[in-house]
Amino acid sequence: MCSESCGCSSDIVGIIEKYDSDKRNLIPLLHELQDELGYISPEVMETIAEKLGTTVGQVHGVATFYTLFYTKPRGKNIVRMCNSTACHIEGGRKIREAVSAALGIAPGETTQDGGFTLEVVSCMGLCGVAPAIMVNDDVYGNLTPEMVPNILGKYREAS
Amino acid sequence: MAINLTINGQAVAAEAGDTILTAARRAGVYIPTLCYHSDLMPDGVCRVCSVEVKGQRTLCAACCYPVAEGMEVLTHSPRVRESRRMIVELMLANHPQECLTCSRNSKCELQALAREFGIQEVHFKGERKMADVDTSSLSVFRNPEKCILCNRCVRTCEDIQSVAALHASKRGWDTTIVPGMGDELASVVCVNCGQCINRCPTGALTANDPSSKVWDAIHDSTKHVVVQTAPAVRAAIGEEFGMPAGSRVTGKMVTALKMMGFDRVMDTDFTADLTIMEEGSELIQRVTEGGVLPQLTSCSPGWIKFIEYYYPELLPHLSTCKSPQQMFGALAKTYYAEKTGIDPKDIISVSIMPCTAKKFECDRPEMTDSGYKDVDYVLTTREAAQMMREAGIDLPNLPESEYDDPLGMSTGAAVIFGNTGGVMEAALRTAYAIITGTELDNVNIEAVRGMEGVREATVMVGELPVKAAVAHGLANARQVLEGIKNGRFKDYHFIEIMCCPGGCIGGGGQPQPTSEEIRKARIKAIYDEDEAMTLRKSHTNPAVQKLYEEFLGKPLSHKSHELLHTDYTPRDRKTVKAVKVKVES
Amino acid sequence: MAFYRAHILVDTGTPAVLKGAMGMKSALVDEIKKRGLDKEIKVVETGDLGLHGVGLALIVYPEGVIYANITAQDVPEIVEEHLLKGRQVKRLVYTGPSSAVVDGAAKPRSREMRVILEHIGVIDPTSIDEYIAHGGYEAIAKALTQMTPEDVVAEVKASQLKGRGGAGFPTGLKWEFTAKADGENKAVVCNADEGEPGNFKDRLIMEGDPHQIIEGMIIAGYAVGAHEGYIYIRGEYHQSVSHTEKAIADAREAGLLGKDILGSGFDFDITIFKGAGAYICGEETALLESLEGRRGESRMKPPFPPTSGLMAAPTVINNVETLASVPRIIDRGADWYAGIGTEKSKGTKIFSPCGDVLYPGVYEVPFGVTLRDIIYNMAGGIKGGKRFKACLMGGPSGVLVGEDALDRRLCAEDLAPGAGALIVLDEDKCIVDLMQNCAEFFHHESCGQCVPCREGTKRILEVLNWWTTGAGSEDDLRLLEALGETMSLTSKCGLGQFAAVAFKSSLPLFRDEYLAHVKDKVCPAGVCAMDKVLEEVK
Ligand SMILES: Cc1cc2nc3c(=O)[nH]c(=O)nc-3n(C[C@H](O)[C@H](O)[C@H](O)COP(=O)(O)O)c2cc1C
Ligand code: SF4
Ligand code: SF4
Ligand code: SF4
Ligand code: SF4
Ligand code: FES
Ligand code: FES
Ligand code: FES
Repeated sequence: MCSESCGCSSDIVGIIEKYDSDKRNLIPLLHELQDELGYISPEVMETIAEKLGTTVGQVHGVATFYTLFYTKPRGKNIVRMCNSTACHIEGGRKIREAVSAALGIAPGETTQDGGFTLEVVSCMGLCGVAPAIMVNDDVYGNLTPEMVPNILGKYREAS
Repeated sequence: MAINLTINGQAVAAEAGDTILTAARRAGVYIPTLCYHSDLMPDGVCRVCSVEVKGQRTLCAACCYPVAEGMEVLTHSPRVRESRRMIVELMLANHPQECLTCSRNSKCELQALAREFGIQEVHFKGERKMADVDTSSLSVFRNPEKCILCNRCVRTCEDIQSVAALHASKRGWDTTIVPGMGDELASVVCVNCGQCINRCPTGALTANDPSSKVWDAIHDSTKHVVVQTAPAVRAAIGEEFGMPAGSRVTGKMVTALKMMGFDRVMDTDFTADLTIMEEGSELIQRVTEGGVLPQLTSCSPGWIKFIEYYYPELLPHLSTCKSPQQMFGALAKTYYAEKTGIDPKDIISVSIMPCTAKKFECDRPEMTDSGYKDVDYVLTTREAAQMMREAGIDLPNLPESEYDDPLGMSTGAAVIFGNTGGVMEAALRTAYAIITGTELDNVNIEAVRGMEGVREATVMVGELPVKAAVAHGLANARQVLEGIKNGRFKDYHFIEIMCCPGGCIGGGGQPQPTSEEIRKARIKAIYDEDEAMTLRKSHTNPAVQKLYEEFLGKPLSHKSHELLHTDYTPRDRKTVKAVKVKVES
Repeated sequence: MAFYRAHILVDTGTPAVLKGAMGMKSALVDEIKKRGLDKEIKVVETGDLGLHGVGLALIVYPEGVIYANITAQDVPEIVEEHLLKGRQVKRLVYTGPSSAVVDGAAKPRSREMRVILEHIGVIDPTSIDEYIAHGGYEAIAKALTQMTPEDVVAEVKASQLKGRGGAGFPTGLKWEFTAKADGENKAVVCNADEGEPGNFKDRLIMEGDPHQIIEGMIIAGYAVGAHEGYIYIRGEYHQSVSHTEKAIADAREAGLLGKDILGSGFDFDITIFKGAGAYICGEETALLESLEGRRGESRMKPPFPPTSGLMAAPTVINNVETLASVPRIIDRGADWYAGIGTEKSKGTKIFSPCGDVLYPGVYEVPFGVTLRDIIYNMAGGIKGGKRFKACLMGGPSGVLVGEDALDRRLCAEDLAPGAGALIVLDEDKCIVDLMQNCAEFFHHESCGQCVPCREGTKRILEVLNWWTTGAGSEDDLRLLEALGETMSLTSKCGLGQFAAVAFKSSLPLFRDEYLAHVKDKVCPAGVCAMDKVLEEVK
């Protein structure tokens, strides 16, 4: 249980202490806290800064620099659509449009029911199977717009 | 060992560790800079200082590129000039080009570069970043649209002040300098020192300027407007009028303020002398009666806020004396009002300060012991100079005049409050007299003077070895406070701390730019001012003696405590109050 | 090592996984268990087997029989017939060309030369035993027991190995600088942040044969006197992380990492560091900042990492492929390695052709093969029999080349290969559209600390947005050229320095195409929307 006053039910402090309260470990720590909490809230950033003996600025600066960190709540499923060169020339735009249409949201948005967050990202090293997207940790490549609703459907059912 | 290189064909001898910029400057070769600041570690982000180094694929940033034997540098080759122009054009394309209505107009480093490079058109016509101005702070306003992301404020706040209120957030084009987690400045830990303003090259950081309210008061015939001027102002305000750093303009400044229409022009130096009487007596009391030692000075409001935030457990070390500004304010609406028969409610008390933290201090709820707001408005040196310009005043060519009574007379001990080591020296001059009953022969106590961040000295006061330390800049202050905590200063008696590098002469409200050279010149002016005084010890100030006779009784009297002393508030560093975190499964 | 009478390798390269390889594999495992064969037959996931256009595939060893185009339904038959009764299922046996795997070793496809990829697709990447059985960790045994650190540096120098991360700095020299630099706590960092669009070779090495990297890092550590190693893997590469983590744990277990490795007295251990989504962290000094827990903002150079790197200690930073080359060099000798390739580019290089080629993938070749060799002989030529138009060599940070470059040789003397990406465009693609996409990439990935890159990438993107929608003017062409020059000359790090290079290289090649967009407001390829033109007409 967290001994802090933030009132959350996760052992945030325990996780931080696992990283030797060393500010060099900020990024692995943020990864783990985000896995635990879904996103890095202001309160968590403050706790981290205090426990690591660093400034809120360092934590916030880092959390907002990297695209895999979220400082706001996000959907249950994250759909990452590659927008880089190989996917682009293999028809990535059509895939992105199909995903947007299927979810009814634009990139950067989260569906009203909190099911999906949609993101446009840079190359994910799946250029060999372009155009590609990732849903959470799962990879989908060689896509055509027709395949999109099916793929998303799986996650819709699961959640 | 000397390193030999050529700059524009001219042979230059440099030292190991030099950058191209330092070597060039020493050789008298000019290279433009923007993100570089002599007080800060170089960051190499603006690229305006790019120069050509023979054999390198790219240009090199002179501010951070080390010299090497045999290096051949060109500072203004066609490629260099073309690149610099392009860089400044890029900055201007993302900048509100409103110099005419900008507070930094004609004192802006970006504007100066645009002129230097002869930029007459900005070829890029695209989006410009928009943002709201943050006016939450009582001291520092932020206009992110004018920010060129040079990081000077970030480095200042972190490295010089160890506060780190500001940092870069997001990335790329979206990068913004923000307080805390993108909050308003007023809601994060900031000590209001204004050091960030002093190093900002543009109009992105400015002080909260009350001058229009001061004009209103001056022009309101029902108000009696008194003004006080801090010690450090007289050693710097001339710079605003093109005079060299270190010009002493005390008498001219007094004339100017009278011309502007202030009803009484008096001197914070008077209450600086008074501070020595009170604070010196407090020290003697602590030493003789076994109070908390070392005693820490309390005349710098940025420093006060700092210790309240970071070391609340050490607050008992702080002298309870208010800053001279607030002592003056309390007396203006009591003693002065009584003496002149003016209803204190009609008195507007204005101060001219080198400091932006004083804008915050005068608003502290404790600062109303006169029954009114003791100090109504705080103007920085810069703002006072601007008001003078608006009034058509040509400061350098004014005749000199004297401060008004009864809060106008001062000694040399008061003026040295304006720089690091000064409060200590002034206190020692008086303590010597009180403890030994004799006067010092040589009042210049060199042991506590200088520019080092932390200085320590043992000064013999008669038989008594007084152990003293001096620190300026809050990163240095932090070192001292850690030292107090770990016992390193346990046999020390008195420690002077000033928030700003160099002390108040380097305050956040002083003329821009700032540098070690400029601060040294101002300090020299302060010591010259001291030397030129006939009275150089606070306890010899007849006006202060009279104040005690007529009004306060004696130092640390009941009345003194009521008006001149204060207490402190531990502050919570958490910018966000604890709320329940929603845990997602 | 347990003894199995047969091994079945299942192709689990990304294309195969997408087609359902994992489902087929679990059907296979279940079936083998059901038949009580699980003590005798082992099922192994490999990376990409290098078979293209054949659906799901697996290989049965020791016979080396390849089954292709199979489904989960075919599994019982294969187990029943082949594994139980020893009869091949003829209708499923693959006999087609360019089979990469024969007789238990990867057979090079035409002109391919597999050194680093030699065992990928052959061994189980999660088994240290298999790595060892194929000669793995012999190089550290040799280095740690028979060679001094100076010998190792000399050997790597003699091999003339150059960095494979893009910049091509001589690896031996880098190690020598680090070895000679004063300082405690030296470190070896493996740059596995692979983020350049079009590159996916490091991913394959980590997923398919991660022990080579570990071995390379131990040797590097020994050579320069470092005892800690870090592998900085981009956060999106989940399988790379898990395979590498497993490999490190196994190596530690086997006494190949940790204290007193192989009784040599040398200590070395490795930590995996997961990136968090920033291409700039592939730049070595930004990577170090990130490793130290800060924003990935590149540092000023000099000092370079060999003098002052991780926590200001002397640090070797090498790409995955560079480090993976090292065990072979130590094993087989610098002379052998330096005998491969060209005068100025020694050894092999892994390329990753993608885009409009028939068989996108990863191919290892000796330096000096031609672009045509890779695109046509290995990657199957242009999809749909179309005509080749251009290739973005090395990705958006590289250069664009046209048809006349097809017969140029990939080596330092001729066409510099960059990190290995070959993004191929067919005749239907639009260069302006391509550049707009590259501009978007840099705009998104600039760290934002220095002016030329932060502001320059924005302006390039804006202008290209205009051109691809029918707005903008010819003046912008000259402006962008000048801007590109300034970015190359003055940006603080490689990202900004190279962000406009591809654009600049495309101008002389495709000026007409640009002018068509800018002056005539038409996209000859019909790719760009040009919708602003319509608006203006209205
Ligand atoms: C913007 C940028 C991105 C880079 N990305 C990578 C990368 O993903 N992987 C890599 O090995 N090197 C990358 N590099 C090159 C590294 O800075 C560095 O040169 C390399 O890791 C050194 O290893 P090597 O000598 O083995 O090639 C990048 C460079 C730049 C400027
Ligand atoms: S900050 Fe400088 S350049 Fe910007 S508007 Fe003000 S004076 Fe002009
Ligand atoms: S006023 Fe002082 S403490 Fe506040 S942000 Fe500026 S430099 Fe930092
Ligand atoms: S606010 Fe001023 S000092 Fe700070 S980064 Fe912006 S321009 Fe520089
Ligand atoms: S060139 Fe770009 S990525 Fe590199 S330091 Fe400058 S802004 Fe950052
Ligand atoms: S370009 Fe889309 S994954 Fe690489
Ligand atoms: S002054 Fe050198 S980079 Fe800004
Ligand atoms: S103004 Fe900052 S110390 Fe006085």
